[in-house]
Amino acid sequence: MDPYLIEAIINGILLGGVLALLALGLNLIFGVVDVVWIAYADIVMCGMYVIFFLYTEYGVPLPLACLIAIASMAALGVVVHLLIIAPVLDSAPINQLLATGGLLFFLQSFATLLFGTDFRNIGVRLPILESATLYISFSRLIAFAVGLIGAVALYLFLKRTYIGTAIRAVAQDREIVGLMGVDQRRIYLVTSAIGGALAGLAACLLALQYDVHPYIGNTFGPVIFMICVLGGLGNMIGGFIASFIISQIIAIGGYYSNTELSYVFAFTFFIVLMFVRPRGIFAR
Amino acid sequence: MLSLAAVSAGYGSFQALFGVSLEVPRGKAVGVIGPNGAGKTTLMRVISGLIPLRGGAMSLEGRLLDGLPAHRMVEQGIAHVPENRRLFPRLSVEDNLRIGAFVPQARQRFAEQLDWVYNLFPRLKDRREQAAGTLSGGEQQMCAIGRALMSRPKLLLMDEPSAGLAPLVVAQVFELVHRIRAEGLTVLIVEQNVQQVLEVVDRAYLLEVGAIKLAGTSAELKDNSFIRKSYMGL
Repeated sequence: MDPYLIEAIINGILLGGVLALLALGLNLIFGVVDVVWIAYADIVMCGMYVIFFLYTEYGVPLPLACLIAIASMAALGVVVHLLIIAPVLDSAPINQLLATGGLLFFLQSFATLLFGTDFRNIGVRLPILESATLYISFSRLIAFAVGLIGAVALYLFLKRTYIGTAIRAVAQDREIVGLMGVDQRRIYLVTSAIGGALAGLAACLLALQYDVHPYIGNTFGPVIFMICVLGGLGNMIGGFIASFIISQIIAIGGYYSNTELSYVFAFTFFIVLMFVRPRGIFAR
Repeated sequence: MLSLAAVSAGYGSFQALFGVSLEVPRGKAVGVIGPNGAGKTTLMRVISGLIPLRGGAMSLEGRLLDGLPAHRMVEQGIAHVPENRRLFPRLSVEDNLRIGAFVPQARQRFAEQLDWVYNLFPRLKDRREQAAGTLSGGEQQMCAIGRALMSRPKLLLMDEPSAGLAPLVVAQVFELVHRIRAEGLTVLIVEQNVQQVLEVVDRAYLLEVGAIKLAGTSAELKDNSFIRKSYMGL
């Protein structure tokens, strides 16, 4: 087989790890709070700026800058819930979409105002792994591994802890959890914090590979939504698998044509599947 | 133990309960019977804090409960087995039970409580890894009762435990109520199945159109000609 094709497939798998992390965060929030965070990818953008400024301007060591980014995005998740989601929790879904969509424009414009439209890079160059014929970027490998570790950590948290079990319970019957002594509002806050932290973690991984600019969220925001809908909104395992399907289409499509067309392939696949399986590939 | 004085409640502009007063003494089982739409479920939801009081007062062991939200009621010692069981269908049986022990004081005794519930309902132990939604109706009722017992409540509220179950299973469910009573728990049970509930409770109230129409020991109510005619078809 052509080594470039193998390379494309491997890169697709590696990309899937980061997308899966974001899909998990978005699905978690949707499953529990029942609101789609249209601005989710823009939370990632905020996290990337935090890393960029801490690392390049203030000389904070990169691992510490990453931890601060994760923590501050968790806090941002809580703030977003309290200020934007909580007031519209009982409103019609369209109002919730408009509210989180408004947040998207707010974050993008605010970032443009503060930082301009420059593309900024943290300037960390990790080595490239070479085998006989393959070149694999180390930063992508790290992104994939950390993405998977994040997913497993989230899984264990949801399975093994009381709060995690309560989070899964709220997603299945939000009205009745109070009878078990679970405070629904607290679960929403914890979930929003976890969702924010996952966006922060993704920001760390993406900052190694991409320039940050106010509109970076637009690059992968639509792809994450497509993945979540494809896997069945709220279905975390479905979203996880769909991440790898979509990233493969993008990677292999890119190999046979170019990157722009590969997104056309991915969205065409999505549209066709929405006709065949409107509730997602893994609809129960 | 539980005391309601002239409790009123409703939804929006609809009033469902009009000045309901009742007493549940410690260690006893009390039934509330009545037709569909009489306000039985509303009464349960008021006691467990899902619906706020609009008037009157409610206390448990002399402490006022007014205005506490549902998740605080569990800490006070009230556990509610909701109508139609309302298990978390995709969680395992054991995870459903774990949620029942969510409040801090119950978490510390999780292992002990779990043993107790599995002892009471050995079937649940056999099916602990299974998703709760795949259980049979009777097993689901066991799981719902077990989930409520995990918080080690002082008072157990049961809303229509026999609803939607086959007659043979209904008999099993009432047998469960016997077993729970034998453990010394105080029980308040709402039922349409008048004949069978009067066999397991000490006292009962008849609720009609949101108000208490009759009250008495189960023996008195079983002999009451109005109850016999309207609710037992005798």
